[in-house]
Amino acid sequence: MSETPWVGRSLRRREDERLLRGRGTYVGDVDLPGQLHAVFVRSPFAHAAIGGIDADAALALPGVVAVLTAADVPAGPLPPFLWDTPPEKLVSALRPHLRPCHPPLLADRPLYAGQAVAVVVAESRYVAEDAAELVVIDYDPLPPVATLERALAPDALVVHEGWDDNVAVRFVVAKGDVEGALADAAVVVRERFSTQRQAGIPMETRGAVATWDATGDGLTLWSATQNSHPLRRALSRVSGVPQERIRVIAPDVGGGFGIKGVLYPEDLLVGLLAMRLGRPVKWIEDRLEHMLSAVHAREQVHEIEVGLDAEGRIVAMRDHVLVDTGAYNPLGLVIPYNTIAHLMGPYRVPSFEATAEGVITTKTPTAPYRGAGRPEAVFAVERSLDLAARRLGIDPVELRLRNLVRPEEMAYDVGILYRDGEPLVLDGGDYPEVLRRAAELVGWDDVEIRERNGRLVGRGIGVYVEGTGIGPFEGAVVEVGDDGRVAVRTGACTQGQGHETVFAQVCADHLGVDAGAVDVVTGDTDGLEKGWGTVASRSAVVAGNAVAEAAGIVREQALHAAGELLEIAAADLTLTAGRVVPRDAPDRGVGLGEVARAAREQGSPLASTRYFEPGTVTWANGAHAAVVAVDPETGEVELLRYVVVHDCGREINPMIVDGQVHGGVAQGIGGALYEEILYDEEGQLLNGTLADYLVPTAEEVPVIELDRRETPSPLNALGLRGVGEGGAILPPAAIANAVEDALSGLGAVVRRTPLTPPYVRSLAVPDATHLRSSGEDEILRP
Amino acid sequence: MAPREIVVRVNGEEYRGSAEPRVTLVDFLRDELGLTGTHVGCEHGVCGACTILMDGRTVRSCLMLAVQAEGHELRTVEGLAPADGPLHPIQEAFSEKHGLQCGFCTPGFLMTVEELLRDDPDPSEETIRSRLSGNICRCTGYQNIVEAVRYAAELTREAAP
Ligand code: FES
Ligand code: FES
Repeated sequence: MSETPWVGRSLRRREDERLLRGRGTYVGDVDLPGQLHAVFVRSPFAHAAIGGIDADAALALPGVVAVLTAADVPAGPLPPFLWDTPPEKLVSALRPHLRPCHPPLLADRPLYAGQAVAVVVAESRYVAEDAAELVVIDYDPLPPVATLERALAPDALVVHEGWDDNVAVRFVVAKGDVEGALADAAVVVRERFSTQRQAGIPMETRGAVATWDATGDGLTLWSATQNSHPLRRALSRVSGVPQERIRVIAPDVGGGFGIKGVLYPEDLLVGLLAMRLGRPVKWIEDRLEHMLSAVHAREQVHEIEVGLDAEGRIVAMRDHVLVDTGAYNPLGLVIPYNTIAHLMGPYRVPSFEATAEGVITTKTPTAPYRGAGRPEAVFAVERSLDLAARRLGIDPVELRLRNLVRPEEMAYDVGILYRDGEPLVLDGGDYPEVLRRAAELVGWDDVEIRERNGRLVGRGIGVYVEGTGIGPFEGAVVEVGDDGRVAVRTGACTQGQGHETVFAQVCADHLGVDAGAVDVVTGDTDGLEKGWGTVASRSAVVAGNAVAEAAGIVREQALHAAGELLEIAAADLTLTAGRVVPRDAPDRGVGLGEVARAAREQGSPLASTRYFEPGTVTWANGAHAAVVAVDPETGEVELLRYVVVHDCGREINPMIVDGQVHGGVAQGIGGALYEEILYDEEGQLLNGTLADYLVPTAEEVPVIELDRRETPSPLNALGLRGVGEGGAILPPAAIANAVEDALSGLGAVVRRTPLTPPYVRSLAVPDATHLRSSGEDEILRP
Repeated sequence: MAPREIVVRVNGEEYRGSAEPRVTLVDFLRDELGLTGTHVGCEHGVCGACTILMDGRTVRSCLMLAVQAEGHELRTVEGLAPADGPLHPIQEAFSEKHGLQCGFCTPGFLMTVEELLRDDPDPSEETIRSRLSGNICRCTGYQNIVEAVRYAAELTREAAP
C-alpha cells in the first residue's frame, strides 16, 4: 500500500479533461462511414388495433432505404434482461401472482401513445423524419385504460390478451399480528398518500449505433445503456448471433438514473437493421419521443395505517400499495417489492402487513428511476409519522428517535425478506445520531413556525434506509502492461458517477500503484465475459470490491514474479507507487512494467479477473431536513434550507459522493415541488417537452448543507454502502412535512406531490376546490 | 431543397460546408463540421445543452438554422482552450469543483459562463444562479457548478494583469 491510501481522497476526476474539452464520445458522436439513420413511427393512440400499413409513399422518397413494421421483425415479447424472474427463495416464500409482461420489438396493437409501430431507415435523419410522416397507418382506436381507477374497475377493459384482469403482479408481505396491534393502539393514522408519475430526464436522450461485419468482427452496438452485458445477451437472443460475436459498448453516457437501465426495443432493432441492411445504422432519440417512450416512474397510491402506543412507539403498520406499471411490466416485482421492503425503514415495527399490486394501464411503462420504489414508501411512512406526532403531541424528531433501531441492536433482523430472497437485516449505522445531527444542523428547536413577509415558515424532517449493492455479481479485470500502466475493465457502466476515477483509486491501493497509472474502461463487453451494469446503487459496492480483489491478486503475482527476477523471496518484497522493492533495500527496486514483461515472457502475465457476489444488500441511511416558506395566497413554496446527513459507509471519493447526493436531492426536489407527467383521459401525454415538464434549475435548488457519518459495511472488504440513489429518496417527504408544518394552523394535510401552487393553495384555502390539481384522484380499492 | 454552401468562422478558423436551408446550426456543427462537443438535449430551446457563442453572445444552436450563421463568428467548447494547452480557467474550475458528472450539459454551461464572466467578472451567487437558469443539468444539483463559476471568476481575475 502507498503511504496515504488513495481511497478516501477527493481526487479530481480522470474523465473531466475530455468531457470539458468537448472530446467525449457519446453515442450521438459515433459516426460510421456509410451509416444510415433510423426514425421510429410511434402510435398516436394509447390503445389501437392496426388495420394496415402503407409504406409506399415513404419508400418512394429519395434516400429512403427501408420501412419495417411488426410483420418484418421477430414477433413476441422482448427477451429477459435484469431481474425478470425473482429469486427462488423469494418466490417460494411469497408465492406472488406475477405475469411476465414485456413489449414486442414493434407493436401491431400499440398499448400506449408513443409505442413504436414501424421504423424508417434513410440516408439522412432529415429524410427519415420526412418519410416517417408519409407512412400511412390505418389505426382502429380501442378504449384507453388511462388511470389506476379505470384499470381496477370491475368492468375494466383487460389490456393484455389472455388475462382476466389488469393486475400484473400481486403479493403480500406480513409479520406479527397487525389486526390485534391496531385494535390496541392509542393512535392509528389512516391515510391515502400518492406519488405522481415522473420522468428521469437524463440530459442525453437514448440512442444506438450498430455495424455488422458478417465475416469478421460480427455485430457491434454502441448504446447509451446502463447495462452493456445484459444488452449483449438480449441482442444475441433476438439476432441469433452468438454472444462471442457481439460487442456492446456503452461509451460516455449522458446520465441514466435508471431510465437507461431497462431493455428497449429500439436498441435491439438498430442492431437487427444493421445486419439486415448491411450498413451501419444510427438512431438518436429526440426529446419528444423520449418523454413519450422512455420509461416513466413513481406513480403509486398507498392506503396506509400506522398504529402507535401512547408513548409514540409504532406497534403496527399496514399498507396497500398500487403501482401503475403502464402498458408492460418488464421488471416483474422489482418496484413493488422495493417499496414494501423499505416501508419499515429504520424503525422497529413489531407487526406489519403490506399488499402490493402492479396494475397495467395504457400509458408508458414505468420502471426504476433513482430510488426505485423507495421515495414512494418513505413518503407514505414519514407523512404518517408526522401526523401521528401531531396527534400525540410529541415532537416529530422525538417520535422518530423513540422508534429508530439503535446501534446496539445491530445487526437488526427486520423479520421479512429482501428482494434478493435473503433476510432483511439492517447491518449497521447510528440512525439516532444521524437524525439528531440533521436536527442540530437545521436548528430544529429554533425554527419556530412563524410568518415572514406574509409567508408561513415550516420545517420538516425525515429518515430513510436503503438496501444497496445488490447482486447477483459484478466483475473486474485488472492487467498490467509492459509500460507499467494498469488496465481495469468492468461491466459497471458509468453515466457520470466517476467510475474511471474511483475504481482507479481502489485499484491503486490494492495493487500498489499511483491512481494516475490506472486506466479504467467501463461498459465495453470486450475483454470481460460477464457483467450486470450500473443500477440500484450497486456499482461502487459490487464492482469496487471486484476491482479490489483482482488488484490484490495481481499484486501477489507481481511480488512473486519480481521475486524470481530479483532472486529475493516474495515475502521480502513490497510493491508501492508502481515499483517492487526489497523491504530492506528500497533502492534496489524494479518497475512494475519490467516485472509485467518478465511475467508475460514466463507465460504467466500479471492479470486477474474476479467476480464479486455479495451475499445480500448492505444498508445506507440518512436524514434530511427542510425549511420552507409558503405563500398561502399563491400557494408558492420556497425552499429556504435543505440539510442532509447520510452514511454510505466508507467513501472512496468524498467529492464524488457529495456530487451524487446533490444530484439526487435536486431530483427529489423536482419530484416534491414541480415534476409531474400528466395524461388525459384518453391516455394522451399532455406535457411532453421540457417547457411543460418542469425540472429544477439553478434558481430552484438551494445550497445543500451536508454532513456525513461513515459506518463501514461489515459485508464487504472495502466497507462500502451504495449512495447513488440515496439523495433522491427523502426530499418529497421532508418537504411535504415542512409544507404541512407551515400550514399546520390551517389544519392542512399533504397527501400527494408535487406541491404545486394550485395544490398548496387548495390546502391553505380549503374551499378553493376549483384549484385542486389533477392528482386529487379518488382511487378505488378493488 | 438543394444544399447551400455555408462559410462560417468557428473558433477562429474558417469552415466551409454544405447544408439544406432547413438544417439546424447544431446539426451542421456536429454532422457537417465534425464539432461534436456541442450537444443536443431537447431541440426545442429549453435545456441549453446546445449553447454556443455567436459574435460573442450566447445562442441556442438548436433554434438556429445553419444558413443563419453564414458570415458570423462562432465559438464552441472546442475553442475554449488551445488543443494541446492547459484547460481554460472555466474548465479548470469545473473540474476542480466537480461541476460536471455525465458532462452532457457541460459544454452549454461552459459557454454560458464564458459570457457571464465577460459581462460580470465578479458575479454574486444570485446573479450566477439567475444567469445559469436557462441551462438544465440533471446530475449535479447545480451547487458545484455555482461554486465552479465563483472559482472561475477568481482564476480569471488572478490571471488578468
Ligand atoms: S438542445 Fe438546444 S436548448 Fe436544448
Ligand atoms: S453533468 Fe450530467 S446533465 Fe449536467
